[in-house]
Amino acid sequence: MIRASNLSKFYGGKRALGPVTFEIDDGETVGFLGLNGAGKTTALRILACDLRPSSGSIQVGGVDAVADPHEVRKRVGFLPENPPLYTDMIVADYLKFAGELRGMSPAEVKKRLPEVLEIADLGEVANDQIDTLSHGFRQRVGVAQAIIHQPKFLILDEPTRGLDPVQIVEMRNLIHDLKQNHTVLISSHILTEISQTCDRLLVLGRGKILGVGSEGELAKHEGEIRQITVTVRPPSGDDPKAQISKVLAAVDGVTKVAEPYEQGGGLTFTCSTTKDCRAEVSRAVVEAKLDLIKLDYARSELENTFIRLVQPGGSDGAN
Amino acid sequence: MGPTRIIYRRELGHYFRSPIGWIIAAAVLLIDGILFEALALGGSTEKLSAQVLEQFFYWGTGIPMFCGILLSFRLLAEERQNHSMILLNTSPVRDVHIVLGKFFAALTFMAIVIAISIYMPLLIKVNGKITWSQIFVGYFGMLLYGAAVLAIGIFASSLTRQQIIAALVGALILAVMHLLWQLARIVDSPLKDVFQQLDIWWVHYQNGFMRSVLNLKDVIYYVAVTYFFLLVAVKTLEAKRWQ
Repeated sequence: MIRASNLSKFYGGKRALGPVTFEIDDGETVGFLGLNGAGKTTALRILACDLRPSSGSIQVGGVDAVADPHEVRKRVGFLPENPPLYTDMIVADYLKFAGELRGMSPAEVKKRLPEVLEIADLGEVANDQIDTLSHGFRQRVGVAQAIIHQPKFLILDEPTRGLDPVQIVEMRNLIHDLKQNHTVLISSHILTEISQTCDRLLVLGRGKILGVGSEGELAKHEGEIRQITVTVRPPSGDDPKAQISKVLAAVDGVTKVAEPYEQGGGLTFTCSTTKDCRAEVSRAVVEAKLDLIKLDYARSELENTFIRLVQPGGSDGAN
Repeated sequence: MGPTRIIYRRELGHYFRSPIGWIIAAAVLLIDGILFEALALGGSTEKLSAQVLEQFFYWGTGIPMFCGILLSFRLLAEERQNHSMILLNTSPVRDVHIVLGKFFAALTFMAIVIAISIYMPLLIKVNGKITWSQIFVGYFGMLLYGAAVLAIGIFASSLTRQQIIAALVGALILAVMHLLWQLARIVDSPLKDVFQQLDIWWVHYQNGFMRSVLNLKDVIYYVAVTYFFLLVAVKTLEAKRWQ
């Protein structure tokens, strides 16, 4: 378990983080979500014992990270935003170096290396110089160095940064595999990345924690106005826009129907609602003998939640 | 000493893998060879072989001087610039292991470069009358002087992520330490004595090792300077974690 209590970090006189308090249970995959400059990287670097906190305490697996950082470093694997690579080395030698640096014996490294190369899918480039690798492979080497010593806790700072769509999917699959054996902390400002990978989210903003919980828990917000988009094939007859608007406005929970626009052979209406009334809307459209083409949230749940939390005055902060 | 050895091995390998180590070695040896030919062996007056050896060790300190600065300024600054420092910082490795591993790797490479210049004293020995101990003392002095220059360079490298600034700061500290004896000439005691004893080249090298004179106080001086600058480099790294 990771337990941070009143953790804060100042760079000179400028507050970068905190005070924040949070706990992460063993086996969890937790996402640190926040805008650029929210304090995500600072928090992760403190957890990885790269930085010392200005105040507060942090325990990783029951060990005080400030008093005994060496012991914590043995238990943590860290992939920073920019993978810490020695580009003049070949991949296998670099991973051996990283393993020995983490306290493994040469025999242990030799035994572990093939496993790591397989997990990170680096077999084909094991004997290549890092300098010659693509960005995606370099990121994988970064992950491999983080897991070579079989740490209990794995910290990944923006693991998909700069990757192309195919590489993002590959990295996501790799993270899914890593979740089986590690407690994983991931930071990102890409919402879909976090929502697809993590069990629980910590939303950071202005150096504080603005929200904690699963995507569903964070989305629970009384009185929140959501927006859904409804695309309907326009019926024949006079003024189809008014006809559809009338049907939608009559649905329980719909407070406002905006002027429609044409999209994909249909008319798309944006409806403001006080609750999730997608089922009622679809039923009403079908009962009115209209052809429903598409129905969805105008923004994803997580996007709504994130924007609500990080906007000024959006939350006083959990801590 | 485990982490120091691991870092030492990687760092030494870097010198042999990358062209920079070979370029530095080739450049300083070429210049030293030319200077030896032109200034130590040349001239219209006849010289004793001991005088030629002195001249060799006079110009020969260019090897550890330039090698020391050129090898050391990148040692920590480059790690920060390339973001690889974070691997060392998040491993169970102390800052002293990082500094020592890099220092000894650079010192080993420098020692190899210095050793390659042995053909010049051997030429003097074959054609003149000098002893092995004279050669040994001179080389020992060059190595001690080089260790001190490396320590100064590593300290400068610990201050910043900009390699150029690190090189300039290292060169500036070294220049000041070379000029202390000049400063000693224009001030009175006790400052005169302090500046004289702190001078890195004239007092401890030129008046000692270069003339094949082995003084314990000169050895202690270079060891102390090396220790001091390595210590402040370690403390600088530690302090940066708190920043």
